[in-house]
Amino acid sequence: MADITFVDVTLRDGNHTYGHRFTPEIVRRTAAALDAAGVDIIEVGHGDGLGGSTLHVGQAAASDEELVAAAVSAVKHAKVAILMLPGFGVFKDLEMAARLGVKVARIACHCTEADTTEQHLRRARELGMFTVGYLVSAGMTSAERLAEEAAKLESYGAGYVNLAESQGHLVPAEVAERVRAVRKAVSIPIGFHPHNNLGLAVGNILAAIDEGASYIDGSLKGFGGGAGNAQTEVVVAALKRAGHEVRTDLFGILDAAQTFHALVAPHPMPVIDNDSIMMGYANVYGGYVLPVKRAAAEYGCDPRDLILRLGERKVVAAQEDVVVEEAKRLSQERRKAA
Amino acid sequence: MSSLAAPKRARAAIVGSGNIGTDLMYKLRRNPRFELALVAGVDPASEGLARALELGIATSTDGAEAVFEDGRIDVVFDATSAKVHAAYAPRYADAGILAIDLTPAKVGKSVVPSVNLDGNEKATNINLISCAAQATVPMVRAVTRVAAASYAEIVATVSSRSIGPGTRQNLEEFTHTTSNALAEIGGADRGKSLVIVNPADPPIIMRNTVYVVVGKDVDMDAIRKSVLEMVASVQRYVPGYTLLVEPFLRGDHVMIGLEVVGAGDYLPSYAGNLDIITAVAVAVAEKRLLH
Repeated sequence: MADITFVDVTLRDGNHTYGHRFTPEIVRRTAAALDAAGVDIIEVGHGDGLGGSTLHVGQAAASDEELVAAAVSAVKHAKVAILMLPGFGVFKDLEMAARLGVKVARIACHCTEADTTEQHLRRARELGMFTVGYLVSAGMTSAERLAEEAAKLESYGAGYVNLAESQGHLVPAEVAERVRAVRKAVSIPIGFHPHNNLGLAVGNILAAIDEGASYIDGSLKGFGGGAGNAQTEVVVAALKRAGHEVRTDLFGILDAAQTFHALVAPHPMPVIDNDSIMMGYANVYGGYVLPVKRAAAEYGCDPRDLILRLGERKVVAAQEDVVVEEAKRLSQERRKAA
Repeated sequence: MSSLAAPKRARAAIVGSGNIGTDLMYKLRRNPRFELALVAGVDPASEGLARALELGIATSTDGAEAVFEDGRIDVVFDATSAKVHAAYAPRYADAGILAIDLTPAKVGKSVVPSVNLDGNEKATNINLISCAAQATVPMVRAVTRVAAASYAEIVATVSSRSIGPGTRQNLEEFTHTTSNALAEIGGADRGKSLVIVNPADPPIIMRNTVYVVVGKDVDMDAIRKSVLEMVASVQRYVPGYTLLVEPFLRGDHVMIGLEVVGAGDYLPSYAGNLDIITAVAVAVAEKRLLH
C-alpha cells in the first residue's frame, strides 16, 4: 500500500471560504494543532498565494509576512509551505518566505501554462526551498496536455508536480487517466488536490493514489473554494481504511478539526450547495463562489445562469472582473426580456 | 530623384523575432518614415525570421550583434528579453543608436506617450515598460490628474496564444516595471500589477481592469470626463483601445474596464497586447527621430 505525504491547505485554500480573513491567531493555533496531529506539510497564506492580497481577488486580514510568521512560530515538526502564482507574487515574496523559515514553495499556474513558472521555481530552489510545480484547474485540459506540462515542471527542477482539480468536475476514472498520463511523463512524485463539488473529492483521492499519486492535499472541515477541498480529517480516516501509510494521527486530526471549527465559528462549513454543484458540473473555478453570489445579488441575476456563462467563457482563476461583467449583462438581458 | 526632395527616413532594425518583433515588422514596413533594414533573432526556426525573409527584409541569426555588423542603423527596436536588452543597451548608446526597448529591462527613460512623451525628447534609450503599462498607465493618470490616489492596481488578462517565451520567462520583471510605472508615471502613491494568462479558445481579446483607490468623496463626473479624454488620446495611435466598463465607484476605489483590439498585423486581433506596445514603439520613435 502507498506511503502518503499529507499536505494540509486549510490555512491557504481555506482563506477562499473565509474571505481571506484568517488572522495570525487563527493560523498559529490551527497550525499547532495540525503539527501535533502529525501532518507533514502545512500550507499558509492568502487564497491566491503570496502577493494575492489585492482589490481584484480580495484583501487579506493580515500581511503575507504576518501569516507566514504565525505558522512557522507554531510548528515544530511539519514543514510550512507557501503557494505563489507568477504574475501575482514576486521574487521578494519567495525571499521573505525563505527568510522566515518556509521549507516548501509551491509555484502555481493554470494547467496549460507551465512555462510561466520556470523563473520562480528556479529562484525558490536557489533559496533552498523544496519546490513544487502546481497545476491549477487540472480538469480543464486533456490528460496528454497535462502530462506535457508536468514534464516541463520537472525540467525546471520541481520536486513534485501537484495536480489541483480546482473545479471538482472530474469523476474517478478521469482522475486516474490524468495521473496515469503524468506518471508516464515524469519521474518525480505526483500530488493531487481535489475539490468536492460533485461529492467526489475523497473517492478521487483514492483513484489518484491507485495510479501512483503520493502527495495528497486536504483542508480541515473542507475549508476551500467551491464546495470545499477534500476534508482532511475524512481523508486521513479513509486513507487508513484503505490500508495506506499516513503519518497523521486519526484522533489528533479530529482534535485539529475541532480546534479549527471553534476558531472560525460561527462560519459555516462548505457544503455542496446548488451553486457548487453548478460550478463542478460546468467546470468553473471554485474560487468564484463568493464573487458569483455577491455579483448575482448585487446586479440581479440567477447565479446558475452566471455560472453557466462563466463556464462557456472558460474563465480561469482570478478573473473576478468577468464575473461582474457577465452579471451586469445577464441582469440587462433579464430587464429587456421583462 | 533629387536628394533634396527625398524625405528623411530613419534606418531601423528589429532585434527579437518573436511575437512582438514580428508584429512590429509589419508596422515599420508600411511606415514610409522608416526603412526597415534588418530583422535579427537567435532562433533560425523562428516564424518571425521566416516571414521577414519572405518579405525581402535582411535577416540575421546573430541577434543584436547584427545591428553592429550593419553599422548604419539609426534606431533599434529591441524585443528580446530584459536580460539581453540590459546587456546591449550600453553598446547601442556608444554607437549613437536610438534604442526603443520593448522589454521590461527599464534601462532608459520609461515612456507612456499620452502621459509623458513630452519632456523626454533627448532620451537615447526609451523603455516602453510593458504592454499592460501602455494600456493602463494612461487610465491611472486620467484619474490622478483630477483626484488624489493612494493606490492603483491593474489586472492584465492576455490570451495564452499571444504571449511567447520571452514574456513567459519575464513575468517577474514585467510585474515590477508595470507596478512601478503605475506610481511613477501614473501618479498613484503605490501600484501593483497582476497578469493572468487565459488559455480559452477562441483566444480572448486583451483586457485590462484598473482599480484606483481615491476615497469615497470624489468628483466622479470629473473622473469620467478625464478618462474619456485620455481614451481618445490613446486611440490616436492605438485605434483598437476600447473602454469596456466606464469608470464607476466601488466603495473607496474607481474601477475601469478596457479592451485592446489588435490591428491584426501578425497575430489576429485578440492580441491587442502586441499591438499596443508596437504601435507605441513606432509612434515614439517617429516623434523622437523625425520631428
